Amino acid sequence: MTTQLVDRTTAVRLEAVSKVYGHGGNGLLALDKVSLSVRPGEFVCLLGASGCGKSTLLSLVAGLDKPTQGEISTVGRQVAMMFQEPALFPWLTVSANVEMAFRAEGLSKQDRRTRAAEFLDLVHLGGFGKKRPHELSGGMRQRVALARALAQSSSSSASSAEEGAVLLMDEPFGALDAMTRDLLHDELERIWRERGLSVLFVTHNVREAVRLGDKVVLLSSRPGSVVEEFPIELARPRRTDSAEVAELAAKITDRLKEEVMRHGH
Amino acid sequence: MAVDTHARQIAGLDALELAGDQRAGIASRVWARVWPMLTAIALVLVAWQLVVLSGRWPEYVFAGPITTFQDLGHRLGDPEFYQAVATTMRRAVTGFALAVLVGLVVGAAVSRVKVLRAAFGALITGLQTMPSIAWFPFAILLFGLTESAITFVVILGAAPSIANGLITGVDYTPPLLLRAGHVLGFRRLQLYRHVILPASLPSFLAGLKQGWAFAWRSLMAGELLVIIAYQSSLGEQLAISRELSDSPGLIGTMIVILVIGIVIDMLFEAADSALRRRWGLNPV
Repeated sequence: MTTQLVDRTTAVRLEAVSKVYGHGGNGLLALDKVSLSVRPGEFVCLLGASGCGKSTLLSLVAGLDKPTQGEISTVGRQVAMMFQEPALFPWLTVSANVEMAFRAEGLSKQDRRTRAAEFLDLVHLGGFGKKRPHELSGGMRQRVALARALAQSSSSSASSAEEGAVLLMDEPFGALDAMTRDLLHDELERIWRERGLSVLFVTHNVREAVRLGDKVVLLSSRPGSVVEEFPIELARPRRTDSAEVAELAAKITDRLKEEVMRHGH
Repeated sequence: MAVDTHARQIAGLDALELAGDQRAGIASRVWARVWPMLTAIALVLVAWQLVVLSGRWPEYVFAGPITTFQDLGHRLGDPEFYQAVATTMRRAVTGFALAVLVGLVVGAAVSRVKVLRAAFGALITGLQTMPSIAWFPFAILLFGLTESAITFVVILGAAPSIANGLITGVDYTPPLLLRAGHVLGFRRLQLYRHVILPASLPSFLAGLKQGWAFAWRSLMAGELLVIIAYQSSLGEQLAISRELSDSPGLIGTMIVILVIGIVIDMLFEAADSALRRRWGLNPV
C-alpha cells in the first residue's frame, strides 16, 4: 500500500517493505523488510551493489509497482522521478516535454508554457525550449528530465510548496562523463537547497553518494535489506575529489565489499 | 560570482557538445535522389524497346515505347482520360479513408482489450494475407455490380494492415516512456493519448503505407471486374483496351497506374522521413 503522509516530520517512509517476484516456493525475494525514512528537505542516497533491489525500491515508492508486504507513505499524491535514461518523449519539443508535467492538472496552454520556461531557466536551458530532445547532448537531456521532474514536484497536484516536494532519482547521472556529472552534482545541490526538496537518490557510485547525501543508506544484495546508515556531516559545498569525501567513501566501500564477499565462495 | 562561473562552465560544455547541423543544399539533395531513378527508367525503356525489336510479338500486340508514349500524349489532351483518373482516385481516396477509420477503431480496440486481442488478433493477420480479389464474388453477390462492391473490398484489403500497424506500435511503446508517463500522473486514457498513441506513430505510418498499397491493388482488381456503365475509370480503360486489342492504350494505362502508385508511395515516404528527422531516429 502506498499512502499519503499527513504528519510533517517525514517526506517518505518505508516500513518493513518486502517485494517478492513470482509466486509460491520459487518466488524471488528482491527486498526483505526494508525500513527507512527521508525527512523533509533531506538528501538520502541509497547505495548498493548490483542486485540489491535499489531500482525496485524506487519503483515501489513511485507507485509503478506494489510491495508484497509492508507500507510506503509519501508526502503528496504523486512523487516526481528521474530515470537513468532521460525518458523524454521524442515527438515533443524540449519545452513541451517539461509542459507534460502540468498536463495532468489541466493548466492552460499559456500557463504551461510560461512555467515550463521557468524550469528550463533553472537548469540553464532557457534558450533550448524549441529544440527536439535528440538535438541535445546526453547531459542536456538529463537536465531537461530534471526540469520536468522539478516542474512536476512543484505542481499543485503533487504537494504544496511548504511541504517540500519529493524527488526520486534512479542513477540519473550514471551514463554521463565525469565532468558533466560534476557540474550536474553542483546543479542538483543548488536546486535541492533552493527548493527544499526531499531527495531519494539511488546510485552504485560511493563517491557520488558521499558527495551528495545527508545520509547514505547501504543495502545488501539478494535480497536487498538495509545494512547500515551513514550520516554524512561534511560541510557543503563538497567536491567529489576532496580528501574528506575520498576518506569517507573508502570506509563505506570497505563495508560494501564485506557485504559483496558474503555472496562469494 | 561562484554561481556565475558555474553557469558559464555549463554553457561552455553545452556549446562544445552540440555539433553543427550540416545538411546539403536542396538542389544537390534532389539531384542525388533523381539521377538513379532517371537511369533506371532509361534502362527499362531500352530493355522494352529491345524486346519489341526481337520480334517475338507483332507490334500491334506488344507496342514499343515510342508508339505507347505518342498514344498516351494524345490521351492526355482528352477530357475523358481525366474523368477516368478522377473516378479512380475518388474511389481510392474514399475507400482508403474509410479503411483508415475502420483500421483505427479496430486497432485501438484490439490493442486495448485483452479479450478482443485473443479473439481477433490472429484473424486480422489472417485477413491481411488473404488476396482481396477473392472477396469480389462475395461482394458482387452482396452489392451487385456497384461502386459499393468495390469500396467494400478496398476497405477489407486495407483495414487489416492499418489496424495491425497501430497494434504493433502500441505493443512496442518503449516501457521506459510508459513508466515516465505513469510517474507524470497519466492513467488509462490519458496515458493512451499522451504517450502510447504518439509513440506508435512510426509503426502506424508504416501500416498506412502498406494499407494504401493493398487498397490500390484491390481497387484495380475491382475496376476490372466491376464495370459500371457510363463511368469511365482506369481499370475500365484497361479492360476496354484489351477487348479492342489496343496495345499502346493498354500499356499507357498501366504506366499511368504505376506512376500514380509511385507518387503516392513517395508522399508516404516523405511523411516517414520527416517524422524520423523530427524524432532523431536516423539523422538524414
